Amino acid sequence: MTQLPAPITQWFARKGWQVHPHQQAMLDARDAPASLLIAPTGGGKTMAGFLPTLAELHDAPRAGLHTLYVSPLKALAADIKRNLRAPVEEIGLDIRIEDRTGDTTYTQKRRQRADPPHILLTTPESLALLLTYEDAPRIFAGVQRIIVDEIHALAESKRGDQLMLALSRLQSLAPDLRRVGLSATVEDPQAIADFLACHPQPTQIIEADPGPDPDISMLETEEAPPWAGGGGKYAIPAVLEQVRAHNTTLIFHNTRAQAELFFHHLWLANEDPLPIGIHHGALAKEQRLKVEQAMVDGSLKAIVCTGSLDLGIDWGDVDLVIQIGAPKNVKRLVQRIGRANHRYNAPSKALLVPANRFEIVECKAALDAALAHDLDGDPRGPGPRDVLCQHILNCAAAGPFDAATLYGEITTAGPYAGLSLEKFEQCLDYCATGGYALRAYDKYQRLVQRGGKWQLRDPRAAAQIRMNLGTIIDTETLKVRLKARRGPGSGGTPLGEIEEGFASTLTQGDTFLIGGQIVKYEGLNEMTVQVTRSPSDKPRIATFMGTKFATSTQLSTRILSILQQDSWPDLPGHTAQWLQLQRERSKLPEPGRLLIESFPRDGRANTVIYGFAGRNAMQTLGLLLTQRMEAQGLHPLGFVATDYAVLIWGLEPLRDPTPLFDMSNLREGLETWLAGNAVMKRTFRNSAVIGALIDRMTRGARKSGRQATFSSDILYDTLRKYDPDHLMLDITREEAMKGLIDFGRVEEMVQRTQGRVDLIELDRVTPLAAPLFLEVGRVPVKGLAEERLLAEEAQRLFDDAKLPEQITAPKRWAVPY
Amino acid sequence: MNFYAFSFCGAELLALGTGALFWPAERLLVVSDLHLGKSERMARRSRQLLPPYETRDTLARLDALIALHDPACVVCLGDSFDDLDAGHALPEAEVMTLSRLMAGRNWVWIEGNHDPGPLEFGGTHLSELTTGPLTFRHIAQEGARGEVSGHYHPKTSVPLRGRVVTRPSFLVSETRLILPAFGTYTGGLRSTDHALTSLMGPGAYAILTGPLPCAVPLRA
Repeated sequence: MTQLPAPITQWFARKGWQVHPHQQAMLDARDAPASLLIAPTGGGKTMAGFLPTLAELHDAPRAGLHTLYVSPLKALAADIKRNLRAPVEEIGLDIRIEDRTGDTTYTQKRRQRADPPHILLTTPESLALLLTYEDAPRIFAGVQRIIVDEIHALAESKRGDQLMLALSRLQSLAPDLRRVGLSATVEDPQAIADFLACHPQPTQIIEADPGPDPDISMLETEEAPPWAGGGGKYAIPAVLEQVRAHNTTLIFHNTRAQAELFFHHLWLANEDPLPIGIHHGALAKEQRLKVEQAMVDGSLKAIVCTGSLDLGIDWGDVDLVIQIGAPKNVKRLVQRIGRANHRYNAPSKALLVPANRFEIVECKAALDAALAHDLDGDPRGPGPRDVLCQHILNCAAAGPFDAATLYGEITTAGPYAGLSLEKFEQCLDYCATGGYALRAYDKYQRLVQRGGKWQLRDPRAAAQIRMNLGTIIDTETLKVRLKARRGPGSGGTPLGEIEEGFASTLTQGDTFLIGGQIVKYEGLNEMTVQVTRSPSDKPRIATFMGTKFATSTQLSTRILSILQQDSWPDLPGHTAQWLQLQRERSKLPEPGRLLIESFPRDGRANTVIYGFAGRNAMQTLGLLLTQRMEAQGLHPLGFVATDYAVLIWGLEPLRDPTPLFDMSNLREGLETWLAGNAVMKRTFRNSAVIGALIDRMTRGARKSGRQATFSSDILYDTLRKYDPDHLMLDITREEAMKGLIDFGRVEEMVQRTQGRVDLIELDRVTPLAAPLFLEVGRVPVKGLAEERLLAEEAQRLFDDAKLPEQITAPKRWAVPY
Repeated sequence: MNFYAFSFCGAELLALGTGALFWPAERLLVVSDLHLGKSERMARRSRQLLPPYETRDTLARLDALIALHDPACVVCLGDSFDDLDAGHALPEAEVMTLSRLMAGRNWVWIEGNHDPGPLEFGGTHLSELTTGPLTFRHIAQEGARGEVSGHYHPKTSVPLRGRVVTRPSFLVSETRLILPAFGTYTGGLRSTDHALTSLMGPGAYAILTGPLPCAVPLRA
């Protein structure tokens, strides 16, 4: 057993604390090339990560960088700086601790490169950026340890892939480097261990005592939840009662829009009035900081929030977590619950609030899974190649490199351990020449080979590479400010931001919700949306893209097995009756079979497919099936998808479903459909920015007008037309399949049911199908629909505008020839 | 092929869905801002390696238009090449296509801000051209009448039940007409931008390109 130095032991004793067993275990494992600590929130995880550093710097004081700490949040780095400086000073250690993030000043950053501190707290992007400087070898030469905090969260995104590539680079510069990962409870610790390891060396896994089981239940309300929708508005009186009965409550929502709406209704009902705040990623920094400070001061009774509060900052005395809407994913639920009772060995208390009738079953399934410690998660695929392309360019910015050496280095990183030489060479060729079938850029190659080493043709390109670094792609947003009372300009209070797509649907006088306030759109001034406060009672809700989670595979399986029960004594009466009625009228979906219902309603033929494959995959299935049905002459008109089913309406009823689910037909349909698909274009844009095909759009560039730049959709269409085998299209296809299209789960559904399709023809809508008719997000089957809408709208606008006769006189006609 | 027919300063014109303008009475076809050779210039100047297919694509679309309308005269309204060097560096195959398109008809290159000065291709080089009531030039001028210009690459958005359709568009007022860019790699300036609203004045309208071109009033 490794002993802590006396001053540190004495400090623990003075505080009346004991070294936790997992903290000791981390100390014992300090010489391991990589170690991973899995511990619940509040288990002294960060201290466990830093104790070996403090001990080493006490035993052998030295100058220069000793430990790097990387966290996904800037705020977390700043938080750790405060929390670590106190014990270091109290113990009397001579250790310099500094942070380096996007917020650090230029002068500070310069000084840090010349004279690095002992401990540097940073983010994956700031670390990757540091590694692109020519003096990186000098800065990092002696680094002993790197601590990756919240590694479970980083492993879920491309930021994690980029970080592991940066670590492979760092390991070459500092061969003695040992890696430490700190993780919340996850379903597959070995997967995170493989992700962190310096291959082929192993990672030692240390699992802390998970603590007592959470006290978790469904919130009982007098009113039954509605049949559809996701707001949870019906539960507001019961939620307020809970807030009153606890010190501090966190109220989690799955989307920002729902958080805004719920907060709005909460205030309308909050008669006492209890101090309640709202916190989400699209609010202005000033607004967020105000709420965070109030939280630390303990002056708030509750915060309505989204995932922006998911990560480990300690907000004080939270004793209840309420989750509104089905959690969709058990692991996220468990991590959120961990936010309550931020003290080790005290059970966390949590309440689930199903937003609609079906979510009662979903919440029950999630509750059972959380108590059974049955966490879910999809296995990580191989590391994305757009991130790899960026890494190659980042390396070139730091200086000339040898291709074979770089390949060797990259394959030590977990996500890229299985990368073939061929794929690496394709990426390298793309970085150097653009990778086009038409070899157009011989004169202007980005990378050239000189003396056996690859380097930038034009060294000035390094600055551009640094500008484009990172894997976070912001959706284009506009800032929202209250209009200043005196004069124009953008001097009013900042409220937050909305997506450009939503902003462009606003016209003067429209009202919308932001930060819990109703505001009226006044106009656009230099990329800032100007608003005034407004008392409107029918505000619109700002929409945000890509915030909808799909129900996990494991959770879907549990839901299906609940549906197989003979009766449901543990579900509320109304829900049990509803399921019983479905069983009598039609059938309940089964795990190994595919249930399809067909019935007329409102003069249309309706088909419901209970696929239970999650929202994204069901959406894809809807698109593919309507395409096939169109070809069969069934004239589908539109569809709507949820996590468990897709409802298709059309003119002719479906009689023979079997050929629809033939896997090769579906796959073929997918290829055709992908051609003009918006999801593909969005995925392409992200990969093209990460892979440096196009430059990042900075706010400044957008401000100067769009004439010079053009949409990445044009590049996508051009590549598909003239160079369909291009690497970037291949990457786009791969990324879209695992992301929004989620075709893997469509395949899984087809395999699970193996042609065991039950088509039930009925004369009217069934209980389980009824809520689908209330779902929002209906997708019309594309055709000339958009053109028709456009023509109608144009006519209406002209009629409204009452333009002078000589200009409106021309009549539009269209001749197909 | 679909179009939107309208009168402008006494001329009966067709705004084509592809973003070109056709004047049937004169058999005159106008395209603006082709920006040929853009990817080559980007690679040369900014080290970005865009798919090098836009010149081929722009010319292929122009080819289809010419085959359809068989114009006696084609007017390229400026910024036909992304810059002079891009003109010199045009690949052999594209030079051949261009020569074929130019053969047997009047071809006018109007000077633009990206490609001032003479070009090595045939045709007539002018800073502006006046035909009947219309004057063709690259950048709109103060107080002009019957002016047809390009340069701004206008685009217009129309909100439609929760989504927005944005398309390159013609802008038309009583006195001037601004064409959208025809080149494949061209972006657009919102028609609500001050630069455009102040040029167009009240009562102007936009014609959105696309399969069924249609007109909407220009929002300030």
